[in-house]
Amino acid sequence: MAKRVLMKGNEVIAEAAIRAGCRSYFGYPITPQTELMHYMAKSMVKAGGTFVQAESEVAAINMVYGAAAAGGRALTSSSSPGISLKQEGISYIAGAELPAVVVNIMRAGPGLGGIQTSQGDYFQATKGGGHGDYRNIVVAPASIQELYELTVESFNMADRYRMLVMILGDGTLGQMMEPVQFRDKEPIEKTDKSWAASGRCGRAEHNTITSIYIEPDDLEAKNNALQAKYELVARNETRFETFNIDGAEIVFTAFGTTSRICKNVIRQAAALGIKVGMVRPITLWPFPSEEIARVAGLDSVKAFFDVELNAGQMVEDVRLAVNGRKPVYFHGRMGGNMPTQKEILDKLVAIHKGEVR
Amino acid sequence: MAIVFEKTKGLTDKPLHYCPGCTHGIAHRIIAEVMCEIDILENTIGVSPVGCAYNNYEYFSCDMVQAAHGRAPAVATGIKRTVPDKYVFTYQGDGDLASIGTAEIVHAAARGEKICVFFINNTIYGMTSGQMAPTTLVGQVTTTSPFGRDADTQGYPINVSELLAPLTGAKYIERVALNNFKNIQQAKKAIAKAFRVQKAGLGFSMVEFLSTCSTNWGKEPVESLRWLEENMIPQYPLGVFKGKDLEV
Amino acid sequence: MAKVSFREDRCKGCGLCVSVCPKKILQLDKNRLNSKGYHPVYCADQASCIGCTFCAVQCPDSVITVEK
Repeated sequence: MAKRVLMKGNEVIAEAAIRAGCRSYFGYPITPQTELMHYMAKSMVKAGGTFVQAESEVAAINMVYGAAAAGGRALTSSSSPGISLKQEGISYIAGAELPAVVVNIMRAGPGLGGIQTSQGDYFQATKGGGHGDYRNIVVAPASIQELYELTVESFNMADRYRMLVMILGDGTLGQMMEPVQFRDKEPIEKTDKSWAASGRCGRAEHNTITSIYIEPDDLEAKNNALQAKYELVARNETRFETFNIDGAEIVFTAFGTTSRICKNVIRQAAALGIKVGMVRPITLWPFPSEEIARVAGLDSVKAFFDVELNAGQMVEDVRLAVNGRKPVYFHGRMGGNMPTQKEILDKLVAIHKGEVR
Repeated sequence: MAIVFEKTKGLTDKPLHYCPGCTHGIAHRIIAEVMCEIDILENTIGVSPVGCAYNNYEYFSCDMVQAAHGRAPAVATGIKRTVPDKYVFTYQGDGDLASIGTAEIVHAAARGEKICVFFINNTIYGMTSGQMAPTTLVGQVTTTSPFGRDADTQGYPINVSELLAPLTGAKYIERVALNNFKNIQQAKKAIAKAFRVQKAGLGFSMVEFLSTCSTNWGKEPVESLRWLEENMIPQYPLGVFKGKDLEV
Repeated sequence: MAKVSFREDRCKGCGLCVSVCPKKILQLDKNRLNSKGYHPVYCADQASCIGCTFCAVQCPDSVITVEK
């Protein structure tokens, strides 16, 4: 299918996963990601893979755990409240070092919340959500084309590092439609899965997939090994986009579809003679702290302006990276609302005039 | 003289950590024996529970996957759908299967997942020191029913085999016991039949093993076997609840 | 004729084998402890063993080997 197609975000993820060699999908309906499951119900079956509508999001993440343990590429998707349900399974996947991809098309919370767009799960995705010292790779695409490419790459990264990769999309991304240019052939990485529990078949030792190490010394050693892996991932896989940084006085930090609104505001600000740039993290973990720190050190930069669809989550990581060198301002909308270009521009102008504390 | 009974190769040589007289050891052994006798050890993946048997991935010689509490049927679903030509079994206790895992076991059975579930029913929670289980008998004393299970406030035991039998996807369900030679031999036959049902691709099978927990029942091992016979079998009758006449 | 032998260091002295032996020839040795600190099983009358394997089948720890 090497043509340009107009597709909805939720469906692109499903199509990309199948193209990336994913042959197991386990899901449960929840707005606003259900189209992904519907697409999989047809396409995964046509591709000869496994499609199961599980009894709950809990069951679905555990089916992913099993499929990954047996050496398969497996996917589950949900939205915020369902991702909360999956946290135990996510911690187990991290502890057992299984490759898996989980999609969160975020809706507004907390609790049952609303069904419209949000970025309120940044903390949950990057700081745990599940118990214990673990990390997941978290990617935040900002366009349907990027969503397609990052979905394919997520499966490769998952296998490469035996880690869970979370595709964190705001609700808007799941629902919107844009043209996608598919490649003729996907870059599917082949990884050694001789560790998998897929049947001994003459192997000298039986394989075990587990996350329990009852002796403290054993568990500490395991944790140290995980941390070393995460450091390697941070060195190799940190992704971000910078826009208009040269000579910028104010620098936006934003992820997902909010970054697109900010880009438009940058153009509007230029017309007013205010030089504005942006750092857009693409991996939320590993977070591009080094790049933000570098930008914070530039003489031209007077302030950072973080815009999110939440009460202020990524802004904490921005502040840590900026480390007090420059002020960091924040603007957030919640409940499913999105900021207008005007309200962001008005605040930016006020920041520029020194009117915001 | 020839050897007529020796330790099976289906078990590793790691000493079992279970309490003296715990029938987990018997259940493990006969599952391992059957896997060797029908020559499926190399092509089987088992799923370990949370409970006393959490680490039975160290005892079985086949590939093993440890699962979150109650989720073994979902994990087994993921494994079986990925490597459908392999045999997949779960091994679960009464908390794992009948309490936290109620949704997972019902739906794996309803979907007719081609897995074997080995359910160890000893009417109590072992690992966490003796709490009431969904299978605890009315009047039975546990750490969370210290005055005896009061039906009015704490409900009645669940007969899991009978609960699942009406589901169309459940093709073979039998309850057995580990309290004597005859029952253990019948249990072995049930395990073998369950694997044959899986091989034939018919659907879900389960063997419920009535078992003991000397430590938390506060009884000696021999006394525990008697208690099983006198108290558990009346509540949990032995026999086939589904698939009695299956030709496998 | 038949013979039982025991992997004594694996015995937990649970007594199940003693209780199921139809010839009543198994005992726990109360005079000593094995390396685990249990009174291990022994056969008090090997000549009477009929090799029925009841003991080995009831043993949770694969302690017993039976020959016939």
